[in-house]
Amino acid sequence: MLLQSIWFFLWGLLWAVFFITDGFDMGIGTLLPFLGKSEEDKRTMISAMGPLWDGNQVWLITAGGVTFAAFPLVYSVMFSALYTALMLILFTLILRGVSFEFRSKSESPAARALWSTCLFIGSVAPAILFGVAFANIFEGLPLDANHLFQGNLLTLLNPYGLAGGVLFLLFFLVHGALWLAIRTEGDLHARAVKTANRLWPVLLVVAVIFLLFSAIKTNLYQNYLNHPALFIVILLTVAGLLGIKVFLTQQSYFKAWFSSALLIAGATFYGVIGLFPNMLPSNINAEYSLTAFNASSSPLTLKIMLIVVLMFIPVVLVYQIWAYNLFKTKVTQEEMEEAY
Amino acid sequence: MDPVFLSRLQFAAATMFHFLFVPLTLGLSVLVAYMEVRYARTGDETYLRMTKFWGKLFLLNFAVGVVTGITLEFQFGTNWSEYSAYVGDIFGSLLAIEASVAFFLESTLIGVWVFGWKKLSRKAHAVVMCLVAAASNISALWILIANGWMQEPVGYIYQNGRAELNDFAAVVFNKFAILEFFHTVPASFLLSAFFVMGISAYHLLKRQHIDFFTRSFKIALVVGLVSSIWVVIEGDQHAVHVTQIQPAKLAAMEAHWQTQKRAPITLFALPDEKNERNDFEIGTIPGVLSFLGYHDINAEVKGLRDFPREDRPPVLLTFIAFRIMVILGMLFPLLTIIGWFLKNRLVENPWYLKLMVAAIPLPYIATQAGWVLAEVGRQPWIVYGLMRTSDASSPLAGYQVMATLAAFIIVYGLLGAVGYYLIGKNAIKGPEAVQTA
Repeated sequence: MLLQSIWFFLWGLLWAVFFITDGFDMGIGTLLPFLGKSEEDKRTMISAMGPLWDGNQVWLITAGGVTFAAFPLVYSVMFSALYTALMLILFTLILRGVSFEFRSKSESPAARALWSTCLFIGSVAPAILFGVAFANIFEGLPLDANHLFQGNLLTLLNPYGLAGGVLFLLFFLVHGALWLAIRTEGDLHARAVKTANRLWPVLLVVAVIFLLFSAIKTNLYQNYLNHPALFIVILLTVAGLLGIKVFLTQQSYFKAWFSSALLIAGATFYGVIGLFPNMLPSNINAEYSLTAFNASSSPLTLKIMLIVVLMFIPVVLVYQIWAYNLFKTKVTQEEMEEAY
Repeated sequence: MDPVFLSRLQFAAATMFHFLFVPLTLGLSVLVAYMEVRYARTGDETYLRMTKFWGKLFLLNFAVGVVTGITLEFQFGTNWSEYSAYVGDIFGSLLAIEASVAFFLESTLIGVWVFGWKKLSRKAHAVVMCLVAAASNISALWILIANGWMQEPVGYIYQNGRAELNDFAAVVFNKFAILEFFHTVPASFLLSAFFVMGISAYHLLKRQHIDFFTRSFKIALVVGLVSSIWVVIEGDQHAVHVTQIQPAKLAAMEAHWQTQKRAPITLFALPDEKNERNDFEIGTIPGVLSFLGYHDINAEVKGLRDFPREDRPPVLLTFIAFRIMVILGMLFPLLTIIGWFLKNRLVENPWYLKLMVAAIPLPYIATQAGWVLAEVGRQPWIVYGLMRTSDASSPLAGYQVMATLAAFIIVYGLLGAVGYYLIGKNAIKGPEAVQTA
C-alpha cells in the first residue's frame, strides 16, 4: 500500500515537472506566429527554448515510462483507450521535434515558414490535448468491467474536457510569455510582458470556472473534504496564480515565472490528490476504476524502480538546473548564429 | 482489415524507420566526441572544423531519431496493450530506467552542446559531447536488455495473470541481451564509419578539402576496421546462442526442413512454406549449418517440420534477411581491410573511393536485415515461448489502426525525405571555415 501510494505521487510529480518544463516550450511555440513579427524575432524565440526543450521533453518520456513500469495496467488501458487522442499528441510532438533542427538548416523563407507552422501546431495541439486528456481522467472515463473504453474521440471533447484544454493552453501561454520576458530584450520583451499581462485575467477567469466546474463534474473534492488540511494545495495554487500578477507588476520576471511554475505544479497536484487512489476512474461503475492499488506492478519492481528513481532523478535535476542556469540569460546574437 | 496484422505492420514500419537513424547516432556521436577531444587537447583547428561539420550531420540525424523514438514508447501501450499489461512489470521498468539513466542526460546535454560553444570552455564543451556519446550508448544497452528479454525471457515468474519480476540481475545480465548489445552497437559503429568514409570519399574524389577528409576517413577507417571484424566474430557467437534458445529461428534462417546430422546450408533457395520444402536449391554445403549452430559439423539440427506449424516463424522473410545480413557482413571487413592498405594513397585510388561512396547505404541495409531476422524470426512469439503476438494487441478496430498506419507512412515518408535531403545537402556542401573562439 505504501509503495503504491509513493509511486502514485511520484507519477503525479513527473507529470507536474513535465508540464512546468516543457510547458513553456509549448507556450512559446504557440506564441511564435503572434509575437514573432520578423525572422529575427522568431529566431530569438526559438533560441530562448532551443537549448532546453529536448531535455524538457524527456520528462514526458519518463512519465510515460514510469506509468508503464509502475502501473502497467494504467499504461495499457490509458494508451489504448485514448488511442486517437494519443496518436494526435504523438504526431504533433513529432512535428515539433524535427522543426527546431530542420528550420535551422533550411535556407529558403518558404521552408522556414513551413517549419514555423509545424512548430506552432506541434505546440498548441499537445498543449490543448494534454488538458483535454487530464480533465477527462479527472472526470472519469467510460470504462467497462474489462477496462474497455466505451467511447470515442468525441466522448473526450465534452465541455469539461474542453475546459481543461483551454486551461492548460492558458497555463502554458503565460508560462511561455514569462520565459520569453526573461530571455529577450527590446520590443520582443515588451510584447512578451504585454501578452502575459493580458492573458492573466483570462487565465484567472478560466481557472475559477474550471474549479467550480470540477465540483459539479468530478469527485475531486471528496479527498479534500475528508482531509481539509489538503486545501493548502489549492491555496498554494492560488498563491501561484496571484504571484504571477504581483511579480509582473514589479517586473520581477524570474519570480513571476516561478509563480507560474507553482501554479502549474499546484494545478496538477490539485487533480492528482483529488483522484487518489484512482488513476483511471470509470464513470460507468466505480468498481471498474483502475487505482494505484489494483493496477500496480509487483512490490519487487516498485522497490527496484524506487531505488533507481531516487538515485537518478536527483542527478537529472542537478544537471538540468545547471543547464537552465547556463541559458537563463538574454539570448545573444552569437548564440543564435551558432545554432538556430 | 485485421487490426493485429495492421498493428504489426505499423510497429515494423515505425521501428525500422527509427532504426535508420539510431545507429548513426550511436556511432557518429562517438566519432564527433573523439574529434572534439582532439581539438580540446591540441587546439588544431581542423579538428574543430571536423567537429562542426560532422556534428551538423549528427544533429539532423539525431532529431529524426529522437522523435521517432517517442513513437516506440507510445506504441506498446496504444497498439499492444495486452502485452504491456502482461509484461509491464519487467519490460516497462527497463524502459523507465533507460529514460532516467541515459536518455535524460543525452537530451539535456545535446542542447547545451549546440548552444554552449561560447558559454563553456573548450574542454568542458568536449566533455559534454563525450557524455552525449556515452549516454546514447547506455541508452542502447537498456533498450537491448528490454528486447533481449523478449527474445529470451528470464528472471520472471508467472503470477497474478502476468509475468512478474523475481530476479532483476538475471534480466540485466541476460545472455541474449548482452550478445545483442555487443552485436548491435559495433554494427552501429560500422555504419557510422562507412557513413563518414563514404562522404569523405566523395570529397576526395572531387579533390576538395583533401587534408580534412583524409583525416576524417582515417579516423573512421580504424573504427570501421575493428567493428566490421568484431561484428562477424560476435555474430558467430550469437548464432550459437540462438540455436540453444530459439531453435525454430535457426531452422527458419536456413530454411532447414528436415531434422538431420551434418545439416547443410544452402546458398540460394526459394522456401516453399506450404509444402515444407525448398525450390531451386543451389550450392548446398553439408555440415555448415551444424557448425554454425553447434560449432560441430556432425551435430544434429532440428528441422522446421518437427516444429508445430503454429510455432514456426515466417520462413521466407527470415531466410532472406539472414542472407542479406551475412553477405553484407562479409563484405564490410573486406572493404575496410583494402582501405587499411590504401589509407595513405586514397586520392590515387579513385576506384576505391567510388566503391566507398556506393557503400554508404549497405550497412543500413544490413542492420535493417539484422533486425528483421531478430524480430520476424522470433515470431509467432512476442515474448519467446511465453506470449504469442496474436494475444498481445490492443482492442482496436481495424479502421483506427489503418488511419494511423497511413498517417505514419505519410509523415515518416516526409520526415525521411526532408531529413536525408538536408543531411545530403550539408554533406555535399562540405566544411565551412570556422572562426575560433
